[in-house]
Amino acid sequence: MPRSWDSSHSKRSFHIVRKVIMSFAIKVNDNTHSVDVDGDTPLLWVLRDVLGMTGTKFGCGIAQCGACTVHIDGIATRSCVTSIESLGKSQITTIEAIGNTPAGAKIQKAWLDHEVVQCGYCQSGQIMSASALLASNPHPSNADIDDAMSGNICRCGTYVRIREAINLAAQTNEKRG
Amino acid sequence: MIPDRIAFCASDTNLSRRSFLGTSAAIGGGLMLSLTLPLGRSEAASSDSFAPNAFIRIGSDSQVVLTMPYVEMGQGTYTSIPMLIAEELDVSLKQVWLEHAPPNEKLYANPLLGVQATGNSNAMRGAWKPLREAGATARIMLVAAATKRWGVDAKSCRTEDGEVIHVPTGRRLKYGEVVADAANMPVPGNVTLKSPGDFKLIGTRAKRLDAPEKVNGTALYGIDARPAGVKIATLAQSPVFGGRVKSVDDTAAKAVKGVRQIVRLDDAVAVVADHMGAAKKGLAALKIEWDDGQHAKLATEEIARKLEQATLGSGAVAQNIGDADKAMASAATKVEASYQVPFLAHATMEPMNCTVHFRKDECEIWIGNQAMASATTKVEASYQVPFLAHATMEPMNCTVHFRKDECEIWIGNQAVARVQAMAAKEAGLSPDKVIIRNHLIGGGFGRRLEADGAVRAVQIAKHVDGPVKVVWTREEDIQHDMYRPYWFDRISAGLDKQGKPVAWKNRFAGSSVIARWLPPAFKDGLDPDSTEGAIDLVYDLPNFHVEYVRAEPPGIPTAFWRSVGPSHNVFVTESFIDELAAAAKQDAVAYRRALLGKSPRAKAVLDLAAEKAGWGQPLPKGTGRGVSLQFAFGSWLALVAEVEVSKAGTVRVRRVVCAIDCGTVINPDTVQAQIQSGIIFGATAALYGEITLKDGRVEQTNFDTYQMLRMNETPTIEVHVVESTEPPGGMGETGTSAIVPAIANAVFAAAGRRLRKMPVDASLLKRA
Repeated sequence: MPRSWDSSHSKRSFHIVRKVIMSFAIKVNDNTHSVDVDGDTPLLWVLRDVLGMTGTKFGCGIAQCGACTVHIDGIATRSCVTSIESLGKSQITTIEAIGNTPAGAKIQKAWLDHEVVQCGYCQSGQIMSASALLASNPHPSNADIDDAMSGNICRCGTYVRIREAINLAAQTNEKRG
Repeated sequence: MIPDRIAFCASDTNLSRRSFLGTSAAIGGGLMLSLTLPLGRSEAASSDSFAPNAFIRIGSDSQVVLTMPYVEMGQGTYTSIPMLIAEELDVSLKQVWLEHAPPNEKLYANPLLGVQATGNSNAMRGAWKPLREAGATARIMLVAAATKRWGVDAKSCRTEDGEVIHVPTGRRLKYGEVVADAANMPVPGNVTLKSPGDFKLIGTRAKRLDAPEKVNGTALYGIDARPAGVKIATLAQSPVFGGRVKSVDDTAAKAVKGVRQIVRLDDAVAVVADHMGAAKKGLAALKIEWDDGQHAKLATEEIARKLEQATLGSGAVAQNIGDADKAMASAATKVEASYQVPFLAHATMEPMNCTVHFRKDECEIWIGNQAMASATTKVEASYQVPFLAHATMEPMNCTVHFRKDECEIWIGNQAVARVQAMAAKEAGLSPDKVIIRNHLIGGGFGRRLEADGAVRAVQIAKHVDGPVKVVWTREEDIQHDMYRPYWFDRISAGLDKQGKPVAWKNRFAGSSVIARWLPPAFKDGLDPDSTEGAIDLVYDLPNFHVEYVRAEPPGIPTAFWRSVGPSHNVFVTESFIDELAAAAKQDAVAYRRALLGKSPRAKAVLDLAAEKAGWGQPLPKGTGRGVSLQFAFGSWLALVAEVEVSKAGTVRVRRVVCAIDCGTVINPDTVQAQIQSGIIFGATAALYGEITLKDGRVEQTNFDTYQMLRMNETPTIEVHVVESTEPPGGMGETGTSAIVPAIANAVFAAAGRRLRKMPVDASLLKRA
């Protein structure tokens, strides 16, 4: 074991060094936070349990359901399998701030106008996936919607309305030339 | 800004201190009649408030607070129930605030269940009369207070938008201005409710009150509870039900950064940490040896065999009409079948002949010929449905702060009084010392009618100093669910010369959830849930005999699951009636239709669904339509599913058309949403749902092995609602049970193969 040679003195200094290494600065919704967790800690738990931002939800822990979706530099990403040490200087956007982006605001409005939600638990993730889609593709086809949204599970079966709401939000975008 | 209109966190539930104050008792200067409710975030309504009953409190600011005895788990009850109050009280929906009801069976029991719980699609059915009466009573007392002040006759006044108006003079008083006087008015005995023609709100597409918080991440579910100083725990429970912890090596787990404590229980180990990441890492580092106990070798096949055997004996008679045995005896020679496999037989008196298709895992037998019209026919089959997990999107969780003499619990649960009682027992406290803070529910589907999670969390919290939130991993959630029971059905029918069923016999075996959950409702070997959908069929069946055999599976707990009894029974009865239509060589819709003499509402939805679906119009090869017709939860529903069966045998549901008669529609948008929801939920079960045991362990672990229907597999769904002024029926579950046989029947139409065991087995449908 690499640490078996530690004397009590070196253990102490190791502890200090370890602490410095293990503290991560992450940028969430334009705020920088310093978090002291193991580097392999998934972002999801840092958001929910360390920073207290509970809008991002836990569903499966293995990137199968999309409930934990956030944006990392604008890309829809499953935070449950994204380690804190992999983030570097990336910009993280969560459901709490997605309404500040044009696509996010349109999606949230369409969700309300179209009465998408039921239990609502998966909807943070759905909205994050849909916002990323709309930001990169203002006029998604049904196949595009399938591609972007099929990673998000909804047990209440709001899929029909999610599709309609995305189409509704896309209608407010300028027509393609 | 999101209006802070829904007080999602329940307030102090310690009702014993200050409930039932009697008339004219005063708190904070206000006058209440029967009960003052604890104050939540909506304290605005508490000073000088008027509380004519357990549901309504009106403040001097005219704010109406509705104490919600039903929970919101997606079904829209936080919008539709306030609509009832607002309608009769003549206030806008915006004026109504909500509070979760505290645990109190006396005040908040669902009249249809007899306990305080939200389930069985009966919140609206339970609330329809009492909640409107609550609103109307309050309105009459407010009017009485205003007319007394004005010295006018009540008949010269009307109410509108939260005001009493004296019509001749145009004088107005806001409700808030007369609440103190209203509390002194006599409580009217019988109140007259509005007639449907006068409804202003009921029947409109009112917007969901809970939607804004759910699209911006601020809605709080049980899993979002964060009392000060809370630690996060996750757990490993004995992989075999009934097993025990033999030994734990927690050295490595304790070394994980952020892990604070390891809690060892008899049959589980929990890791308490600063955050779930550390707790999960700690859990993975634990070395646990289990004593698997008596179910160490249990497999699903053994349970299925036992249930099958149970159907060979006799059961409790759930319903008997005429003499099915006698009528059946006049039908064809009975053909005995191996019970190991799904089985179908058509037999004719003469000439005898037989066609057999023997396949590796099953054997299909056709007996009979084109001369069937001149003979009576007997059709027999056996059906099976699997154990199912709930897989609510919000994994099981419960936060507990166990203090010396009381216990505080944060949870989202469908039955808070049950949680309180069972947690109190586990904590060794009286129920009034257990404070329940109920939350929004991230999917209930029956899972959260149970208190096992709260009990487990209390067991862990007893060892933890300060509050602890216990969060199940998805794997624990699926492998330690309480499951929709496995059912085995043996069903037969005799047809007359025209193919009409003259005898119907059905005997099925499976777990009675009711017998455990609500023991008094299990009587003489029967319970109303296990048999719903198997008895009181919409069809004219002159000789009808149904028996239920209660047979509890060993080594696996069972519970309610969305659409409960009908989830199993409607699959069987609607598949079997389809078999009879096929045996009679008649169209599936026409065959059903001819049996609906006593059920005009069923006939109307069937006709509507068939028409809208284009029933009878040609479809491409490999596709087919299937129909189902159901009366359950007080609503009539007909579905037509259109499926496509690939060469590989995979089934895709392309389109679903449904027609529903659910009586008075409170909110048409909610009706549509619930039908869409139920169909997706049921289609998921039909295509993928199956929990299996091997070596006593649940084999499925997460969404990779317990698959859900996804966006790219979602059919188009059309919902057609029949207008009605009858009392409302339930909506939350009806689509779930009805879609399963519609899919199975459509598969039969598309591929010629009858599916008598769920879920769909692609290997049976594979084409060379």
